[in-house]
Amino acid sequence: MKEFWLGKLDWSALPHEWFTIAGSVGITLMLLSLAAFITYKKSWTWLWKDWLTTVDPKKIGIMYFIVGGLMLARGGLDAIMLWAHQALAGSGEGYLTAQHYQEIFTAHGNIMVFFVAMALIFGFVNYIVPLQIGARDLASPFMNTLGFWLYVAGVIMINMFFFFGGEYAATGWLAVAPLSGTEFSPGVGMDYWIWSLQISGIGTTLGGINFIMTILKMRAPGMSLMKMPPFTWGSLCSMMMVVSVFPLLTMTIILLFFDRYFGTHFFTTSGGGNPMMYTNLIWMWGHPEVYIIMLPSFGIFTEVVSTFSRKPVAFYKSNVIAMIGVSTISLCVWLHHFFTMGADANVNSAFGVATMLIAIPTSALVISWIATMYKGRISFKTPMLWLLGFVVIFGVGGITGVLLAIPPVDFQLHNSLFLIAHFHSNAVGGVLFGIFAGLSYWAPKMLGFRLNERIGRYAVWSWIVGFFVAFTPLYVLGLMGATRRLDTYDASTGWQPFFVMSFIGGLIIALGVVLQVVQIIASIMQRKQLADTTGDPWNARTLEWSMPSPPQEYNFTAIPEVTTRDVFWKMKEDNAQPLPYEDIHMPKRTATGIYISAFAFLAGFGFVWEIVWLVVVSIVGIIVVFVMKGFDEHAEYTISASKVSQMEATRAKKIEEAKQYARDDHEDMGLIEFMRTAPGWLFGLVRNKS
Amino acid sequence: MNHAPTRDEMTHEEAADDRTMFGFWVYLMTDLLMFAVLFAVFAVLLNSTDGGPGATDLLSPQIALINTVLLLTSSFTVGLGLQAVTWFGLTFLLGAAFLGVELYEFYELIHHGHTMQSSAFLSAFFVLLSTHGLHIAAGLLWLGIILIYVLKRGLTRSNVRKLALLSLFWHFLDIVWIFIFTVVYLMPFTGV
Repeated sequence: MKEFWLGKLDWSALPHEWFTIAGSVGITLMLLSLAAFITYKKSWTWLWKDWLTTVDPKKIGIMYFIVGGLMLARGGLDAIMLWAHQALAGSGEGYLTAQHYQEIFTAHGNIMVFFVAMALIFGFVNYIVPLQIGARDLASPFMNTLGFWLYVAGVIMINMFFFFGGEYAATGWLAVAPLSGTEFSPGVGMDYWIWSLQISGIGTTLGGINFIMTILKMRAPGMSLMKMPPFTWGSLCSMMMVVSVFPLLTMTIILLFFDRYFGTHFFTTSGGGNPMMYTNLIWMWGHPEVYIIMLPSFGIFTEVVSTFSRKPVAFYKSNVIAMIGVSTISLCVWLHHFFTMGADANVNSAFGVATMLIAIPTSALVISWIATMYKGRISFKTPMLWLLGFVVIFGVGGITGVLLAIPPVDFQLHNSLFLIAHFHSNAVGGVLFGIFAGLSYWAPKMLGFRLNERIGRYAVWSWIVGFFVAFTPLYVLGLMGATRRLDTYDASTGWQPFFVMSFIGGLIIALGVVLQVVQIIASIMQRKQLADTTGDPWNARTLEWSMPSPPQEYNFTAIPEVTTRDVFWKMKEDNAQPLPYEDIHMPKRTATGIYISAFAFLAGFGFVWEIVWLVVVSIVGIIVVFVMKGFDEHAEYTISASKVSQMEATRAKKIEEAKQYARDDHEDMGLIEFMRTAPGWLFGLVRNKS
Repeated sequence: MNHAPTRDEMTHEEAADDRTMFGFWVYLMTDLLMFAVLFAVFAVLLNSTDGGPGATDLLSPQIALINTVLLLTSSFTVGLGLQAVTWFGLTFLLGAAFLGVELYEFYELIHHGHTMQSSAFLSAFFVLLSTHGLHIAAGLLWLGIILIYVLKRGLTRSNVRKLALLSLFWHFLDIVWIFIFTVVYLMPFTGV
């Protein structure tokens, strides 16, 4: 009877190790205090109606940033734990067990790729793409909330091990077979991995379909493909890749699930199974995945460099063709992840050459950025600083990437720390710096005030310096023969100083993260001075800057006609008059995405613990909710032109009021002033019952 | 002038239908890629029988031919159904018959001890076939629900759009089945 209701779940699954107890207590306390705060502020209805059930891509984008930001802290903590362990391991055994160490590096990889990079990228795509193409919402607003909440279900699932099971997968982020089979990974950690990736991966595929529909079918009249802003191009390439490879991930994980639950022989060592097939399939998804998160960042950098150089993008067409080239070629290079694993020399050479080819379009991109800066009037705001840091670090990452693409070199460096340093150069210097540049670039649009520049500069420099201090030693260690995922090494290797230096670099990066949090808080404290009353604080070129910040829910009062590439720049030059107001159709809010994701989560949980009734009930639940939503024919409402004009008038009045506080003539708050004023501000925030 | 309306000429509803149709094509492509993985896996594992019986020993092209006829006919009735909705009733029956035959085939195999745990080849066979079968079952469920709503609300714009999407879905499954018939039931016998 107990087995029927609870499956494999029993007392021993509850937290009993220091890290699961700390994790579960920490998370519970965080949630409880958050709930207490919301109750105290009487904000539950507001939260539910205005945020959780919203279909507005702008709000969903911000929710992606919040969850992705929390996960960044979580994955960053993992990184610090790994660094600290390696720094200690040269003299003694470090402080983690081998098993725990393996679980942490698996978690770090998973979380950073799936739940941080993907989330932050989707945050931007949600917020910015509709604004850039002159759309009011997405092709399917419902699918967008569903995708977001499936992602949230995945996030909760990946952290469930703190509460039940106490064990994370210890297989590396891609769970290579046969290590991920029941024979070598019998625990539930692997099952959590399967279901969190499966659920959030389906959400990603839905998002990909939705944004392709939106970009290809909902652009403002006159905006041909070659007039699209670069960020929209980067997003389109990225989403094209999402729909090309995420189905592969979904099916591969299904097969792994069959191996684990039903004893099939796809990737097993017995029964004729073929573990190498798993390696091939997972990298057919895994390699393009790194470009999926990279391409929107390329787009962000192109926007930033053009805006802050006061010039149109140089070589726009070759820039776009380069992004298409990167996304196409990167679908054909997956085998370079396992040159050493038995393919013959011809196959290795073909994939090696294909890999090196990617350097051509990426160089074309870098040339486009540099040429845009050439003879431009550059203003060095923080987004521009992120860009400059990116070009250097990404250059290093690209060159070492070409090195690794040479099969004979790869035989020496395969799975070494050199490889780790290489892909962190691209993932941190490329993806993350792009995201940070985008955050400070679009913050005025999203929040209505720009971020603190002074503390922002400190954060940029901490990240850049920290990055080089942390990862240069890893390049060296890799050349000295240190392999990745190393939890112990002999003191006689002489590696310890390098590991210690790397750890110090990690701490400098952590300082950068702290400074970013401080930057955001300081900006909120000074939001009246920093307010963006023009809607166009950087004197930018694309449509998202053509409305007041933050945009109204309908984005555009009237859809603009697009005649040229930098259409907003032209509107400013021509001193274009605003178009007359019109009736606007908007989608209604819906909680269906939350219900379906909740059922998907329960189904996954049921699978992990083999609770059959829960799985059945949840799947039936998903179908029922889907049918109810599918036949609901009243998913839209209309805002009349007179209502629009009323809303715009209220907005204009608010902006007039804001203008008296806003001033750009004086330096932003520094760290000392922040420390002096922050406690009082925080106290006031809690006390002030608004 | 008689031409398809461009995006700027469409009404709000027409534009929404147009987007949905396009999005559904993209979805079908993602689904096709999932099948592509299964076909690749089947091709790799075809001879991995672990010493047990292989495709030519176990599979019967005759049964698959019956299923091919059933499914192709059902696709034909889908085409008729878009002209007169009652034809979808026949689609439903033919689809159900297809599933019945497939389940019978599975039952015979399992009854003789050839389960998906027996060898990598059988794992690939069962998962490829049942993934397709599950799609057919989902299509039947979807069709049944739409037909109930057609009875309740009539052929509203949204119901017609759903039937149009379903017909795309059904033809798509038909094409996948043609590949299954070729790759799973014919190619092993030709020695390719």
